[in-house]
Amino acid sequence: MLRWLARRFAQIIPTLIVLSVMIFGLQQLMPGDPAMILAGEERGDPVVLAQIRAELRLDRSLPEQYLHWIGNVLVGDFGFSWRIREPVANLILQKLPVTFQLSAMAFIIAVLIGVPAGILSATRRDRPADWIANGIALFGISMPNFWLGIMMILLFSVELGWLPPSGYVPLTEDFWQSIATTIMPAFVLGTGVASVLMRHTRAAMLGALAQDYVRTARAKGVVERVVVWKHALRNALIPVVTLGTIEFGRLLAGAVLTEQIFTIPGFGKLIVDAVFNRDYPVVQGVVLATALIFVTLSLIADLLYMAVNPRMRQA
Amino acid sequence: MIRAFWLILALLAAGTASAQNLRIGLREDPDILDPTLSRTYVGRIVYMSLCDKLFDINERLEVVPQLATGFTWEDPRTLRIALRDGVTFHDGERMDAAAVVYSLNRHMTMQGSFRRSEISEIEALEVVDPLTVRIRLKNPSAAFIAQLTDRAGMIVSPRAAEALGRNFGTRPVCAGPFRFVERVAQERIVVERFEQYWDRANIHFQRVTYLPIPDNNVRLANLQSNAIEFGERMEPDDVRTAQRSRNLRVVPVEEIGYQGITINLGRGPGGSNGLARDARIRRAFELAIDRAAVNQVVYEGMYTPTRQPLPPANPFHARDFAPPGRDVAAARALLREAGVTAPITVEMIVPNNPDLRQVGEVIQAMVREAGFELRLRAMEYASALQAASRGEYETFLTGWSGRTDPDGNMFTFMRTGAGQNDGNYSNPEVDRRLDAARTEMDVERRIQLYAEIMRIAVAEDVSRVYLWHRKNIMIHSTRLTGYSPVPDGLVRLRGMRLQ
Repeated sequence: MLRWLARRFAQIIPTLIVLSVMIFGLQQLMPGDPAMILAGEERGDPVVLAQIRAELRLDRSLPEQYLHWIGNVLVGDFGFSWRIREPVANLILQKLPVTFQLSAMAFIIAVLIGVPAGILSATRRDRPADWIANGIALFGISMPNFWLGIMMILLFSVELGWLPPSGYVPLTEDFWQSIATTIMPAFVLGTGVASVLMRHTRAAMLGALAQDYVRTARAKGVVERVVVWKHALRNALIPVVTLGTIEFGRLLAGAVLTEQIFTIPGFGKLIVDAVFNRDYPVVQGVVLATALIFVTLSLIADLLYMAVNPRMRQA
Repeated sequence: MIRAFWLILALLAAGTASAQNLRIGLREDPDILDPTLSRTYVGRIVYMSLCDKLFDINERLEVVPQLATGFTWEDPRTLRIALRDGVTFHDGERMDAAAVVYSLNRHMTMQGSFRRSEISEIEALEVVDPLTVRIRLKNPSAAFIAQLTDRAGMIVSPRAAEALGRNFGTRPVCAGPFRFVERVAQERIVVERFEQYWDRANIHFQRVTYLPIPDNNVRLANLQSNAIEFGERMEPDDVRTAQRSRNLRVVPVEEIGYQGITINLGRGPGGSNGLARDARIRRAFELAIDRAAVNQVVYEGMYTPTRQPLPPANPFHARDFAPPGRDVAAARALLREAGVTAPITVEMIVPNNPDLRQVGEVIQAMVREAGFELRLRAMEYASALQAASRGEYETFLTGWSGRTDPDGNMFTFMRTGAGQNDGNYSNPEVDRRLDAARTEMDVERRIQLYAEIMRIAVAEDVSRVYLWHRKNIMIHSTRLTGYSPVPDGLVRLRGMRLQ
């Protein structure tokens, strides 16, 4: 077990090094001169452009720029935002909890809808409940987030006046207000995942219900409820848990669009605005942090496997 | 006892009545809030509450005093500015001549200053007495005073600027009606009333919160659901919805800038395009465009079609210079005269916004009838800017936010080799007049010079096709009173209050 963990951690380090090079390199492929973007309408003065390039080390070679950045990152300094001069680490720490809250709420909504719907649809296979669940799932996957978002704002904020149309209040400031500002975006974000979870739960459940041990259990006279919940579901959940953690990571990334619509000042909005403003240190810092989160999540998924499936503990 | 009860009730009532908190929805998140280092338009909206300037402009674009009380020209190169007495910065320091000299020096010398080029005419600064500053210019400059009505004229507290250095923008300290409270990037900027403000009697809000809400639909939804009281730069499409709503008022304000098509006349790889060859081909291109029709189709007819960089509100706006009507036959005749065979293929960079893409498509259809094959290339703004400055474009649908002095809308775009002359336009006759208009102090003579420049650069050379002056469409709650629109589109909080 410990050896497995050590090996797992050893794999993470080269992954992160390769990632950091890719993050830095890909960004250089983006067209547009950051100094000129920073100058905006004042780009007419070549002296100022030269000063910006010198200050931001844009006049150095790429390897030099990379080593300077990664060297600072290793000692915990992510640099500062070129646009607003805030330290990138502060921005990440400020925005990460926001997106985390949004994703967690979206995930809860997705699990609450997706898993029961999947079970229901598997146990009532080819009956109206199955068809309805499948129809709703298809709708959930195909509906564009921005459209659903705008429609919800129009209904719940403009027409009914129940919820604030956009913005964000931290949990620590006002719990209920915080829930009120995040419930609509969380729902919009969660619908897609709920559909994916529903489809996978259904497939896994159908597979499990066809297994020999389920037939044996039924033959022994075990009541159907126990067969479904105890025997089939536990086994069916293994792939769903893997998928769930990956989907949670995707939620963090998928928050980009939802955060734009609802003006939620989270991670997604931070990176989109940084890309458009060519605010390189922010882009690099955020992507690197996201990569770290993904790597950590896949580690958690492996650990969860072990918790769910005892056979893997001996491996 | 009963009297005490009534007293408390009255105090409570007074408390609610004076709890005037205004929320303004911004179209973008501002950049750094340091008047020397900042460069976004949206940032200037926030400065209206934080940083007073030596001078301001009014609805008629006239220069009016703010931190200064007036100015006189001692000679054509020497400006004497009298300062307002009793003004303090938000940190309690006194705003005086030394602070003005400090701020102007900071604008001129700080590394990465975007104000440097705006006030590069300054040769020397001198404190005459605590309330008088003398500025000596390298050359006479008619445009100089206008620079002091914007960020270059903002005076910062020297003590705070010294203490915070390059991080001054994270906690700006100026002499405006509101002092900085907090900023959460991409979320909000909060300011609160500065009780020692020199014009305190005209400031009625306790607190103002600026909320960046980039999505137009969502900004409008915020207005409709009373989550904000003021939305700036709304879209023409929003006007009808807002007019239907009883609690909203629409205020369109004509901008001081313009939108138009920049033509590459010889810069980099795009400089040898079909339009660069001959002014007659460019005139044919212009004649094929029906500005009013595009304006109607895309902007519900809200904008003002134009043929020049100066809007009608500008005192230097050239009279008798209306855009020509669409004339396809004349356009075809001009092409024949120039000896070219249709179709003439030209590419146009269009910023990747829905409205500008639509403008591009309508123009594409219009010029096709005259014999132009216009290819559209939609580009994200950052990439488009780079393409423009490197000459990797043939024509570019773009705009300029505008400056109050005419020089700011023309010189840098038309003068040979100037900073934003992306099309490499060059005509010595125009250069001579641009230089002369800069130093000419007589207003009538200046008006005439600018009219001549437009006749040569626009009517004869067709160096650029000006399309229209946009409108800054402001939408606010009907509870809000006292908003007086100024063409620069900035939201001045003086005199505004909530009912």
